[in-house]
Formats: sequence, structure tokens, C-alpha cells
Amino acid sequence: MEYEIVIGMEIHVELGTKTKIFCSCPTEFGQDENTHTCPVCLGMPGVLPVLNEKVVEYATRAGLALNCEIAHFSKMDRKNYFYPDLPKAYQTSQFDLPICTGGAVGIEVDGVKKDIGITRIHIEEDAGKLLHESADGTLLDVNRCGVPLIEIVTEPDLRSAEEARAFAEKVRNILEYTGVSDCKMEQGSMRFDVNLSIREKGSEVLGTRTEMKNLNSFRALIRAVQYESKRQIIELKKGREIIQETRKWDDAKGVSSSLRSKEEAHDYRYFPEPDLVPIVLEPSYIEKIKSELPELPEAKKKRYVDEYKLPEYDAGVLTTTGVTARFFEEAVALYNEPKQISNWMMVEIPPLLKENEQSMETITITPAQLVELLKLVKDKVISGTSGKEVLKEMFISGKNAGDIVKEQGLAQMSDTGELEAIIEKIVADNPKSVEDIGAGNEKAYGFLTGQVMKATKGKANAQVANEIIRAVVAKHLA
Amino acid sequence: MSLIREDVTYVANLARLEFSEDEVTALADQLGAVLDYAETLSGLDTSQIKATEHVLAVQNVFREDEIKSCLSNEDALANAPESEAGCFKVPRVME
Ligand SMILES: [Zn+2]
Repeated sequence: MEYEIVIGMEIHVELGTKTKIFCSCPTEFGQDENTHTCPVCLGMPGVLPVLNEKVVEYATRAGLALNCEIAHFSKMDRKNYFYPDLPKAYQTSQFDLPICTGGAVGIEVDGVKKDIGITRIHIEEDAGKLLHESADGTLLDVNRCGVPLIEIVTEPDLRSAEEARAFAEKVRNILEYTGVSDCKMEQGSMRFDVNLSIREKGSEVLGTRTEMKNLNSFRALIRAVQYESKRQIIELKKGREIIQETRKWDDAKGVSSSLRSKEEAHDYRYFPEPDLVPIVLEPSYIEKIKSELPELPEAKKKRYVDEYKLPEYDAGVLTTTGVTARFFEEAVALYNEPKQISNWMMVEIPPLLKENEQSMETITITPAQLVELLKLVKDKVISGTSGKEVLKEMFISGKNAGDIVKEQGLAQMSDTGELEAIIEKIVADNPKSVEDIGAGNEKAYGFLTGQVMKATKGKANAQVANEIIRAVVAKHLA
Repeated sequence: MSLIREDVTYVANLARLEFSEDEVTALADQLGAVLDYAETLSGLDTSQIKATEHVLAVQNVFREDEIKSCLSNEDALANAPESEAGCFKVPRVME
């Protein structure tokens, strides 16, 4: 029997607002424990939450960028469950009337394009962080409690780990472009839940699914999907039934295991949040946000091909993330050589980022600095090979290309006067070569060029040198 | 539509409440009576009435995304029965 993997995803994304969703505490990451709290996010009795207007704006923007319908009327609900990361014993979320519904995102895997449906996007609050460091208890940091999230829920349209990854990357790419989130996986700004089931290929009926929560890297996502699909197929082949359950993915061990919680019934007893009033968005509000959406990756890629005449491959690579695209555009604005910039950004910069433990987010050289270097190469002040060395040095020392070229004497010798003097002497010292050339042996030019390069330690501009050699030899032969 | 004992124990479990057998019986009766009373509403024809999504006739109450002062770590933890290393301390939970 041939099996088919069916995957639906839930993606939690922290919104990049300055303050929390229902109170004015900052959302800043990495602060001392329990220093960003107030009575509201601590869940003190009698406090009243007030919704952050930016949360509504960002959720609307994200929904529009992911091709969703924005609800005219939506409301907040309480999702009740007991876990110490939630001081209120409920999470304020959206149940039956989410802010966005019915979107889609196009992905491409191995040349095959397909649309992945988005069921809904709702807004909710993040929970606190549990630290398992104490010998006889669990410690709670409430700083993250109340940081605004959007949860993006897909249709069960994904069929492989590769598709799941492509979709997750595309969503990250789009959200990063729209500026609603920094999407920093290492800070937990983006987390994936995967619902996975197996069915006979061609069947319309969905199999029993398991859920894996809080996968926090693309690598974990891929490996968890691969492992869990294999596990379920083996179970089915043995004639066993899949148990509907939440499973924990252990990224270090590379295995998933059952999480049998005491609370078997997942009955969240949702009810409308009485302390928060409905969100009613007029078409004019939605239109305004739509008109302010930045150019999204797909459109940008097309424009790079049309406007900068870049190959589709280059355009795809340069638009993978917003920061890469911004770097490229700043460079092109300073120096209209898109292909040269693209080549250096795609070929030379990535290995140097890795070597220097940087990324396009943290890159220390600026577009202007790169442009200065590329002009030196283009104008043949330095050779391409020297250019690569200079770039390497720029990453290490942070110096400008021009200064490095001067300090290391890398400039090609194009000063004809100086070169002429050197060449005159070499030609005079090698009458045999001149004779050979006179006898029609063109190869002797190669020898003379070699001597010039030796005398100038390789800094002579080869083209200029050759022209001078020919002129000087001609003079000697005349 | 009366409440059965299983409903009471199920809801009690979700709410982390513990009752004796007698209490469960009593609550099933009492809560059942409340639900029966609410059931009176089913007698009304509401086919022409728009569903109420929220009890207040108010909408769009927002605040600006502006940072205001927070509690100090000491104040935040002042009411905590137990604390350690600047954190609230709770009974051990499984990861
Ligand atoms: Zn707060």
C-alpha cells in the first residue's frame, strides 16, 4: 500500500509591538526575570485588560499579506486551562470569530507549485516561561506573559516535510517583510505546531492525527515531520491504530514521545471575554492598511527580473529575506550594477558571513562599503582576486576597501609612465625575446609579460602592460 | 434537561474541584434546576433575532502602543507564596 502524509500546521508568531497585548508593559526580549510585569499581566483580581491598537493593525496587515479575509466583526474569548505559565488560568484568545479567515500561500517544491490554504488567523496572548532550574519546584518568569501573538492555522494541505518547510519559510518571509514580527526563531518569536496523519494514497478520509507542539526551528520542523510520519507508517503496517495524542519532539534525541497529560479532556470551555469588547473594522480601515502594505517577496522577485534584468534565480535568492533585499536595493541605489552586486552577494558574502559568525541581519559591512569595493574591481583598480581578499579583510577589520587597498598596496599599476619605465628596461634586458618576436614568434610576448608581472609583484594591469610591451617592442624592431 | 452526576464530576475535574458523593448529588440537583430555568428561554421564537456576540453595546476600545512603568521585581513577587531567583516558584511541573 502506498501511504500519503497529511499535515496541517499552526504557526505562532510574536508581534513586534512595543507593549503587551492588554497592558503597557514592554515586550522586549531577554530582560531580567519578572521585571516586565504589572497587575494586568500578573492576572491580579479585578484588573481590566485593554487591547493594544497595534495588535489589531499588525494582525490585519499579516492577514492581508497572507491573502485572508479580514473580519468586519471579531471578538476575544477565554480559553480555560490550568498550567502555571498562565497566571490567570485562562488564555485570552479568539474562538469562533477570529480576525482573519480563508487565506492562501503559494509554495514551490521541486518545481511543483501549489497553494496552501490558511483556515484562520487569530490574536492571542503568549504565556510565561517556566524554568526548570530549581531543585524542588518550577520557576515562573511572567515577562513573556501577554506578549501579543497571532496564530496561523492551515488547512491539512501539506504532504511532506519539504512542503512544511517551504510553507513555514514562506510565511516567515512574508511576515518579516510586512514588519509585523522580527520572526526570530532563536528567541521564540516563531513556533510551529504540526498535526500529522497518514492515509492510503488516493483516500479522501483523514487518518487519526497526532500533534507536536512548539517546534522552534526549521530543522526541528523537518526532522519531527520525518520521524513522526515514519513512526505512524510503521504502526499502521503492523496493523496498529494511531492514538490521537499530543507528542513531544525531543530535538536532541531526534525522537517524538507521547505526552499523556492528566487532563485528558481537551475541553477549554471557551466563552466570550466579558472584559474586552468586540473589534469592528470598517472597510476603509482595512483598505488603508492594504494600501500601506510593502512590496511582498513575490512582487519584488518579479520586479528584480523586470527592472534589474537579473536572472530569476538571483532574484529569488535576493528576495528570500527582507534584510537581504534591503541590502541589495541600497547597494543598487548607490551603484547601478545589479548583476555585479548580485554575484558578490550570492557567492562571496555568504561564506564570509559564516566564517565571521554573522548573518544578513547582523552583517557588519554596509551596502555603501560593498559598493566602494565593487567599483574598485569594476574600474580595474584591483583585480577580482584581490577584491575577494579585500572583502575578507573588510569583514575582519571593518575597514573600507580603499584603505585596505592602499595599506596592502593591492592597486594594480595602471600608471603608464611608471609601467613604461619598467617595460623599457625589461625589453632592453631581453634582446633575444625582441628578436624572436621579430622572427614571428608571438609566444615571446608571454615571456615579457611574465617578467613585467614579476617586476611589479603582479600589480601591473595586464591589459595596459600588454599594450605598452607591444609599443616598446615595435620601437625596438623599427 | 437535568444535569447528571457524570456532568458534575467532569466539570469539577476541569475546574480542579473535588466533591464528596453527597455533594455531587446535591450539585447535580441544584445546577440542574438552574439549567432547567435557563431552558425557559428555548420557548421563545428567536428566529428573527440576531445572535448576541457580546453583552455590551460597545466596540473598539483600544489603547496606544506606549510603554508605561512596570512593577519592580520585588513588588511583582510580593504576594507570591514562594519565590526563588527572582521568579515565582510553583510545585514542580513536567516539561
Ligand atoms: Zn503588564
